[in-house]
Amino acid sequence: MEARGQARPDAGAPMGEQRFPRWALAVLPLAAIVAALTGLALFGGQTLPERAGPPVEELAVERTVLRPGEIELSARNTGPDPVTVAQVFVNDVYVDFITPQRTLGRLASATFTLDYPWQEGSPALITLVTSTGVTIEHEIEATVATPEADAAFYATMGLLGTYVGVVPVLLGMLFLPALRDVRERWLRLFMAFTVGLLIFLAVDASLEGLELGRVASGAFGGAELLVLGAILAYLSLAALDRHLAGRREQAVRAGAGGWRLALMIAVGIGLHNLGEGLAIGSAYAVGELALGAFLVVGFAAHNTTEGFAIVAPFAREERPGLARLVALGVIAGAPAILGAFLGASINNPELSTFLLGLGVGAIVGVIVQLTPVLRDQAGRVLHPDSVAGLLAGMAALYLTGLLVNV
Amino acid sequence: MEKASRRRFLAGGGAVAAALSLPVAAARSGAAPAGQARPAGGGGAMRGHGGGTAGPTFRKGEIVDHAANGFNPTDILRDFDWGRTRRLVSGRVLREWELVAQDKEIEIAPRVKYPAWTYNGRVPGPTLRCREGERLRVRFVNASAHPHTIHFHGIHPAEMDGVPEVGLGVIEPGLSVTYEFDAEPFGLHLYHCHVGPLAEHIARGMYGTFIVDPRKGRPEADELMMQMNGFNTNFDAEGNQVYAVNTVAFHHVNEPVRVRRGELVRIYLVNILEYDPINSLHIHANFFDYFPTGTRLEPTDFTDTVVLGQAQRGICELRFPHRGMFMFHAHKTEFSELGWMGFFEVT
Repeated sequence: MEARGQARPDAGAPMGEQRFPRWALAVLPLAAIVAALTGLALFGGQTLPERAGPPVEELAVERTVLRPGEIELSARNTGPDPVTVAQVFVNDVYVDFITPQRTLGRLASATFTLDYPWQEGSPALITLVTSTGVTIEHEIEATVATPEADAAFYATMGLLGTYVGVVPVLLGMLFLPALRDVRERWLRLFMAFTVGLLIFLAVDASLEGLELGRVASGAFGGAELLVLGAILAYLSLAALDRHLAGRREQAVRAGAGGWRLALMIAVGIGLHNLGEGLAIGSAYAVGELALGAFLVVGFAAHNTTEGFAIVAPFAREERPGLARLVALGVIAGAPAILGAFLGASINNPELSTFLLGLGVGAIVGVIVQLTPVLRDQAGRVLHPDSVAGLLAGMAALYLTGLLVNV
Repeated sequence: MEKASRRRFLAGGGAVAAALSLPVAAARSGAAPAGQARPAGGGGAMRGHGGGTAGPTFRKGEIVDHAANGFNPTDILRDFDWGRTRRLVSGRVLREWELVAQDKEIEIAPRVKYPAWTYNGRVPGPTLRCREGERLRVRFVNASAHPHTIHFHGIHPAEMDGVPEVGLGVIEPGLSVTYEFDAEPFGLHLYHCHVGPLAEHIARGMYGTFIVDPRKGRPEADELMMQMNGFNTNFDAEGNQVYAVNTVAFHHVNEPVRVRRGELVRIYLVNILEYDPINSLHIHANFFDYFPTGTRLEPTDFTDTVVLGQAQRGICELRFPHRGMFMFHAHKTEFSELGWMGFFEVT
């Protein structure tokens, strides 16, 4: 740093005017800040009045596990003051409980295992009574035994993720041969259809994320996590795009870039399917998912449109290899499997909100990528064909979405 | 089960959620957590009753710190305060007490502290006991930070009624007054603060039992005073989180009420429950004679359950013919599972 300082024009100034090296100008304020904060922490409190009011006791229940005869819940202190769980009652019955730690400092968490013979399908209102008599309630709308996380469970989740993620996407890619024969105008319409699909997915995921953000405890933020995830995904995808663009400059110059575009779309849809898997997994874990043919068929109809979106960029390209197509399908579909695992095992609203945000950001990135492709000869993006395609795409997802409103 | 929308279950997801048995096993085998055990005072075979299908219980092995509270409900059962007496020139007995209003934090369930307002530092306040026809003088000192009164149930002049703006009116902090009236009618009564907001002044613990014995007394018996109360710990004025007799929830599960087989047992039962005020007493496997308000010497009922509104009270007399543990509780099961439950241990 000193070397850099000497290289500056004022380096030749007389010693009297620059007694400190340049880095000291940064270090000194830093030291002053540390000293001031330390002083405030040690003595500042004494100069301020006592808190005006009772302690603020907040606990957020992050997870519940139901086993025959007992309910286990994980609670985190999301308030500013320590909280001591003194007693617990469930549906107006005081219960015995086991916990490794009943006094939780800020952001600390602990599990409470309650000895309560819950009845399947009934609601359970759990009330944590703190040492000051404050009550913190958590309602389980319908009690169902939580599935054991054994091999069979993961196999089920894997199968489910494959059914609703990988298979439909691959099926949708079967449209590729048909796409290759259509005229330029129709192709633009199909691309607009794809963009319409993606817009709907982005809106849908944003709304879900915002709703989840409200449920989140607040200590780690709610909607902020959605925005953070979205920006992170968008920027990452943009960086990936630049990287690929650099490597395939020739192809891009030739007006191609189909592979790049397809990969972008696949990644974006993959992140979206992660969120979809989360939803399915957590529903299964709480017994709210009817695992029937209807659901699988519904998701297939819903997600085949995603497969179509991926292969659309190949319509005017050299024929992509089969392996490459399958890889794209897996990139887009397999995250549903991962999502199902996550959703069913470590369900957490903050994490889900963040992951949904990733999906939103990725999809927005893809939409930005795709938009130039919609241009007609006159250079317009919103010409009648593209508008029709956009609307059709959104309508298609809206209608197929009705099938899977689990 | 209803079909939840995908959004809805996702929203409820974090709340409801999920599996993973590993941390569970760890928590279970973690067994007795540090700081759980507190020495249990008194004793009784029934300690640890409840849990799961065996019924309600606080966290196993925990009881309140009676020493810190300054009173033990087991003692309150048989603690009748006869005051100090002297004979007036007329030959009548003058009976005197002093009650001091004090703010005090008490432990009403293990580790649950409640900022109570008390008479003489205990909830319920002292059980004042006298005989029909005596002259009563109750000096009241308000050492609380809040204005209070003592309003007695019984027959007395208006100025001694202990309500705002009549007679002695509201007694501000730091002041003291003397309520004076005749002991009538004989029976089982109560006293409580009557300052507004009334519900809160009662719910906070400002009440006690007031017994006027008939001139000729009642038959010799093992006498018990049970005041049915509750605590709205979160102050939402909607029901209570803790219900009990004589304040400490589940106390007589841990320390059963010991009585002797065949001996006459007399229970002075008073309901002072606030916010959800219909209360009841049910004694298992036994029947009792019931004297509503104790103002007649003949029972009106032979039963095992009585239901009382707020401030209603009555005397229950029974002899336990069998030895063993006999549960008693509110036959409003919600109350019993929130603390209003105990045992008689007949020996």
